[in-house]
Amino acid sequence: MMTPAEKQRIQKEFKEEMDYDELLNCMRCGFCLPSCPTYIETGHQEKHSPRGRIALMKGVTDGIIEPDDDFAHSLDLCLGCRACEPVCPSGVQYGHLLEDARAILQRNKKQTVRVKMIRKGVFEQLFPRQDRMEKVTGLIGFYQRSGLSKVARKVGFMNLFPESMATMEKVLPEVPRRSEMKQRPRYFEHEGEKKATVALFAGCLMDTMFFDTNNATIKLLRKAGCDVEIPENQLCCGALHGHNGELEKSKEMAKRNIEAFEAAEADYIITNAGGCSAFLIEYDHLLKNEPEWADRAKHFVAKLKDISALLVDLDFQKTHRLRLPEQIITYQDSCHLRNVMKTFDEPRILLNAIEGAQFVEMEGADTCCGSAGDYNIVQPDMAIQILDHKMEKVAGTHAQTIVTANPGCLLEMKLGVERAHRTGEVRAMHIADILVEALAD
Amino acid sequence: MTSKLEKKLNKLKEQLMEITGSENVDDSTSGRLVYSYDATPNFQALPDFVVSPRTAEEIAEILKLCSETSTPVYTRGSGTNLCADTCPLKGGVVLLMKYLNNILELDKENLTITVQPGTITKTISDLVEKEDLFYPPDPSSMKISTIGGNLAENSGGLRGLKYGVTKDYVMALQVALPNGELIRTGGKLTKDVAGYDLTHLFVGSEGTLGVITEATLKLIPKPESQKTILALYQDIEAAGRSVSAIISNKMIPVTLEFLDQDTIRAVEEFAHIGLPTNVKAILLIVQDGPKEIVDRDIHKIAEICREEQAVDVRLATSDEEAEELATARRSALSALARLKPTTILEDATVPRSEIAAMVRAITEVAQKYRVRISTFGHAGDGNLHPTCLTDARDEEEMKRVEEAFAEIFERAIELGGTLTGEHGVGATKAPYLEWKLGKAGLDVMRGIKQSIDPQGIMNPGKVFAETGKERMVTVK
Repeated sequence: MMTPAEKQRIQKEFKEEMDYDELLNCMRCGFCLPSCPTYIETGHQEKHSPRGRIALMKGVTDGIIEPDDDFAHSLDLCLGCRACEPVCPSGVQYGHLLEDARAILQRNKKQTVRVKMIRKGVFEQLFPRQDRMEKVTGLIGFYQRSGLSKVARKVGFMNLFPESMATMEKVLPEVPRRSEMKQRPRYFEHEGEKKATVALFAGCLMDTMFFDTNNATIKLLRKAGCDVEIPENQLCCGALHGHNGELEKSKEMAKRNIEAFEAAEADYIITNAGGCSAFLIEYDHLLKNEPEWADRAKHFVAKLKDISALLVDLDFQKTHRLRLPEQIITYQDSCHLRNVMKTFDEPRILLNAIEGAQFVEMEGADTCCGSAGDYNIVQPDMAIQILDHKMEKVAGTHAQTIVTANPGCLLEMKLGVERAHRTGEVRAMHIADILVEALAD
Repeated sequence: MTSKLEKKLNKLKEQLMEITGSENVDDSTSGRLVYSYDATPNFQALPDFVVSPRTAEEIAEILKLCSETSTPVYTRGSGTNLCADTCPLKGGVVLLMKYLNNILELDKENLTITVQPGTITKTISDLVEKEDLFYPPDPSSMKISTIGGNLAENSGGLRGLKYGVTKDYVMALQVALPNGELIRTGGKLTKDVAGYDLTHLFVGSEGTLGVITEATLKLIPKPESQKTILALYQDIEAAGRSVSAIISNKMIPVTLEFLDQDTIRAVEEFAHIGLPTNVKAILLIVQDGPKEIVDRDIHKIAEICREEQAVDVRLATSDEEAEELATARRSALSALARLKPTTILEDATVPRSEIAAMVRAITEVAQKYRVRISTFGHAGDGNLHPTCLTDARDEEEMKRVEEAFAEIFERAIELGGTLTGEHGVGATKAPYLEWKLGKAGLDVMRGIKQSIDPQGIMNPGKVFAETGKERMVTVK
């Protein structure tokens, strides 16, 4: 429960900090409603729609209502998938409003010592430190390889966790050894004709838990004619912090990343995680009030591209034969790759080019799978409801392979397959991994 | 320390919960805030309760209770209303139709569909089109709006010119009345003169008489083909003249939409479909029917447009392109909202022969009051949407906006037109309604209202103004 003093402080900060022009830009036409997963899943509850949430933010800013726990819950239940933005004729920047509102609530939240410690540990000590990410991943690897994971499952240790987390533990990929992560070079030469120099944004999770996918990405880039550099000193993109109201921390991380990539002087900055790229591409917005960084952020943003968009630009699918055994493939959009990066045709073009496999578009592929960053951990019930509905749509395509373009979505798809008891029949893969598998060389 | 009002509200809450179950009565602050508005700018008021009934019987019981306790009731679908009809101006109960969203029957022998009021309009058209049938009314919000809202507002749309509006497709209704009775009107009948036409009394009554709890709609066979053209103009009035010329040449296209340059630019910025942003006006024209007739009409319409100084006439080359154009047009109002903080839209309507005169009048009014007005709309049926781009925070300008709209209403009525073609009177045009109906006409409406809703609980503050506006004398 919020105390009257807390409510007053939050209200004051909404008045001072919310972008009032943007709040007014929503003319409440409701065009966003059919695109909002939580509006649909809650049986058309306006407070779980973008229009409703903006009205609530404006209501608090205008002083018509006080912020209370219901208000906070409405903002918490938002996936942040931003499917409402491309369908908004007025062009309301909902994601920015949400981030600002969450930052204010987060700052004023009373948290138990335990949650505070976890947040401090995760947001300040773990994610901004790639060396520590590697250590933790190394530990997971030890856990998996030592047979400890089997023992843990047998004695029911995982039953102590929420159901979704326990299932999640089963579907984690086999993580690499720490030595393997340490030994990878930082420069790779192009193959064939040289077409571009690229710098890879390796990502905190992608470069640890999904190390193999990063290696696949590097392989594809080289084959497409790119010199690839993995700039040193790069960090986690800061999305997890930004989406959780830790905006100051994410600004710091943005600056370190901009510096790291300026040194590389590449034609493109390439990502293979929709969630990261959508946060990276808004560094200019994030740093808009810091004059010495605004221009540098713009340069950074201008070079950013998703791997599939670059591959299509470089005609990769026309210059390389892609072939797989007979199977049906479907694609689940990464919301942020689609709604923020506006990359959605390219993955489909690449998958359609694979001989032997048949690409079947899934109904509702453009709506969130429920992963949404750490949403599946903080809002497990809604996340599972969304995921189970998604798996019904997957079944409708008769696909054996679900392809995604973001680590969160990939894990969520694996979780969904496990929950639907279809492990072994259906696999979930990152687009870079399936393209490498399909390379006929 | 419970006040008398609080006691009354607590009792009412208990009684509402008895009818619908406690989970369907919401009086939380955020629950009430999110139903305090619709798509009409500058209208907001919090209800006391948001109630979600599951059946027509529950609705009838709620209305009876509200009549007995003099509690205002506002029926709400998706809240896409443009005349503040869903805004709970006097507090009370917002009645949500979210559970009543089922399609009850598709009758292929009588060509009818029976639906509950919370069904989304587009769900109905998509379903019947799969069966090669057609439900023509297509308000721009059809992807979001509910059929109950369409019925209450008698909504129009892009196909009104050839196919008419919602009222032309309603055959029968079930309605809950303020006295707690449920009545059925009409039937699956082409001919039916038994008594007053109550069906069409409730259609367009804007939630001021009762709650529509079920509707049987008329369907027609789906036209076998359609074609879309865009005619481009550097002179707004030439576009207006083309509209009149097409119709006086005895052709009735399905759609004949007008967009001015501001609108074209705003829509293109949103939709990115390659609309020409360097022209002053566009006509979007659609014809449907048997292929030979469509080809003949489209050819002739293109010729007329060229004769009236269209600088270019383009044919949509695929169904997808045609659909993109229609979808882009449907986004016009919300797209205009990106240009200024507040967009106030009206839908003054004139006989179609007067469309060029009305376009001219709007331009003159905008200049006279120094306000920015963009215009788009259903030119073919004389229904224009002059939209004022302004900022509600600028009080002085808002005053001029109000004066400008008053004069637009006045000019429309002088040309034989009306205040509103399809958005409804609601709260926004209630003060002007007497200008159109006259005092005696308005008294007839008051008599009807009094006999059905004597306590005045149904959507108070709408249609009937507390104080009317002095009719201004325009200088000619």
